[in-house]
Amino acid sequence: MLKFAPALTIAILIGPVTAGIIGTLLPAFGYLPALGGREVSLEPFRALFATPGIATSIRLSIVNGLAAAVGAFSIVIAFTAAFEGTRTFALMQRLLSPLLSVPHAAAAFGLAFVIAPSGFVLRLLSPWATGFERPPDLLILNDPGGIAMTAGLIAKEAPFLFLMVLAALPQSQSRESRQVATTLGYRRVAGWLLTVFPRIYPQIRLPVFAVIAYSVSVVDVAMILGPTTPAPLAVRLTQWMSHPDLSLRFQASAGAIVQLGLAIAAIGLWIAGEQIVAFAGGRWIRAGRRTAADGLVSGLGAGAMALIVTGMALGGMAIGLWSFAGFWPFPDALPAKLSAANWAMALPRAADTIAITVGLGLASAFIAVALALACLENECRRDIAIEHRKLALLYLPLVVPQIAFLFGLQILLLLIGLDATVYGVAGAHLTFVLPYVFLALSDPWRAVDPRYARIATAIGARPSRVFWRIRLPLALRAVATASALGFAVSIAQYLPTVLIGAGRVETVTTEAVALASGGNRRLIAIHACLQMLLPFAGFLMAGAVANFAFRDRRALRIAS
Amino acid sequence: MKSKSMSGERGALCFENVIIMRNGKPLIALDAAIEPGEVLTVMGPSGSGKSTLLNFAAGFLPPAFRAEGKVTIGDEEITRLPPHDRHMGLLFQDPLLFPHMSVEGNLLFAVPESVSGRKRRREHVEAALAEVELDGFGPRDPATLSGGQKARVALMRVLLAEPRALLLDEPFSKLDPELRAQVRRLVFDKARERGLATLLVTHDPADAESAGGVLLKTDGSVST
Repeated sequence: MLKFAPALTIAILIGPVTAGIIGTLLPAFGYLPALGGREVSLEPFRALFATPGIATSIRLSIVNGLAAAVGAFSIVIAFTAAFEGTRTFALMQRLLSPLLSVPHAAAAFGLAFVIAPSGFVLRLLSPWATGFERPPDLLILNDPGGIAMTAGLIAKEAPFLFLMVLAALPQSQSRESRQVATTLGYRRVAGWLLTVFPRIYPQIRLPVFAVIAYSVSVVDVAMILGPTTPAPLAVRLTQWMSHPDLSLRFQASAGAIVQLGLAIAAIGLWIAGEQIVAFAGGRWIRAGRRTAADGLVSGLGAGAMALIVTGMALGGMAIGLWSFAGFWPFPDALPAKLSAANWAMALPRAADTIAITVGLGLASAFIAVALALACLENECRRDIAIEHRKLALLYLPLVVPQIAFLFGLQILLLLIGLDATVYGVAGAHLTFVLPYVFLALSDPWRAVDPRYARIATAIGARPSRVFWRIRLPLALRAVATASALGFAVSIAQYLPTVLIGAGRVETVTTEAVALASGGNRRLIAIHACLQMLLPFAGFLMAGAVANFAFRDRRALRIAS
Repeated sequence: MKSKSMSGERGALCFENVIIMRNGKPLIALDAAIEPGEVLTVMGPSGSGKSTLLNFAAGFLPPAFRAEGKVTIGDEEITRLPPHDRHMGLLFQDPLLFPHMSVEGNLLFAVPESVSGRKRRREHVEAALAEVELDGFGPRDPATLSGGQKARVALMRVLLAEPRALLLDEPFSKLDPELRAQVRRLVFDKARERGLATLLVTHDPADAESAGGVLLKTDGSVST
């Protein structure tokens, strides 16, 4: 049984992606007999490029997506270079970690509630500073340049990249390297960039690619904060794909292939950038220049990080306030009245949605954790380590734009009758949950001293007993945390739920995004709240389970 | 195949023409017999492969290594058995008490399945604790024990499992000097009492001296 776990895991990671891309390619070239496409042609691409505003849509995807990735990456690197090892850094670590479990859509709503013309910031400043008695007629949200969308992406991706850097730091001898560089006369930022960064970067490269692919093809954040006339490519493709006119699926599939090309191009541009940076870095090292505009870099890094944290905190507050708000006219900073009436009205109707959301999350997290454990246990029993190249497979579903293979997957599931079912959606979630669960579990699992298992074996315990009685309990905290992470990832899924569920499987995330265009702020806030609360509850439970199990075990009490 | 009841038998621990190779190059060789109640000490610097010798006998040879020859107990070749059926008592530098179990849990985990009934298993554990003057320590969290107490629990955990021989991997090197002598004497006394053949690997000459038996150095010299 156990020895099939790696193959099954790899199949879950690769299968949907490759099958989905094939399922997208065929209709993209006009072939989909079920919808009457029997001839291979370039017609879908012709139709796609004849759509009004398509050039703008493409530009918004690649330019704003890349800008978001470059922005988030630069902020994180600048901040880390300037502050690693300081108290500010430790503080930021504590502030940013919880943000990781906030779904993209909830973060985008939070930002919208803060920066909108009738949002939190202008309410705080009006009328005394701005003179506004009514919301100004400004297109801050959904601006045609996509600035709000880019900002929303940066606010969500920077915490992710920051945590990836944190995970990479312990293996980089950063403190020693920094100290050596300092004694040689290098300033903090310059020393870090020249000695620590080159060792960190290879470890965060795949996560960076995932951020690029996500930003270039984002749908949920773009629907909430992005331009609408025209919208970025991925948003329009999703609309075509859900359109009652089935013939639009041909051009949607062609668009998905273009989207895939855009992601590849964006990552290609990034790789070209890597070469330039490596070349410049080499010259810098040989020149021995000791400074790197230290003051400017640390100022910008700290400022941007602080802005992200305050923005997200204010956003969370605004969401909470709106969900309880009674009458709340502009420019009042706070609602005239807070009551639970909104919740009392919305909750009974949302009960089914919540149940489905939780069910999908639990199912996909449970299967993902079981598979990851099976793979890791198999690795232990055979005394082999998964090679780095196989590890790259984990990132496959994260580096290929979702839209490029979900289209095809939807069509394939339609053929086998699993479309629009919770099973199909759970399977799609699993593909995205599995990589995160695996990544979260593998390091703590491998960190458990192998001698415990040897002692147990020498005592006469069979391999299964060693697993259930020794290895699993020792890794319980990591298992609980990985389960909570998997649950959170499932809850955040928008596109897989909408496309595979064909609009008939509703989660709090799809509901929240669907409400975005309606403008009922209280209802949006309630759903955004649910989006944040459910993952939070998951992490809380995970911690509680581990703390309870280890209540009398001092060595295992503190989170490892 | 020998029957299950036979596999618990003690006897001399013999290394017959054992050669361990790393990446095809010979690392360490041993051809020796250890009589019940006797100790053989293998002494050498770290990296000389002496721990690998223990890993081979216990069944944990890492994939980078290959071994020739066989290890037997009495007249059974244990190197053909899966690791969990070899019943080798293994002690490491660290006591490695399972941190998620109580002291009693650690010991109950070791009591053989053939001892059935909760009450009888408990009695075994209590007797073992009394034997090392740790009466009443059963419910304790291992993390709250002192270094010497942990070492004693670890020793009793190994002995409760009724091993056929002992494999000691520098088990005293992390203890304080005075404690070290005490624990060392305890371990060798218990091994002798139970008639266990013992293989000790160490880099500390005092360990070898206290063990008494034959001393082999990884550079090839022998003394008694």
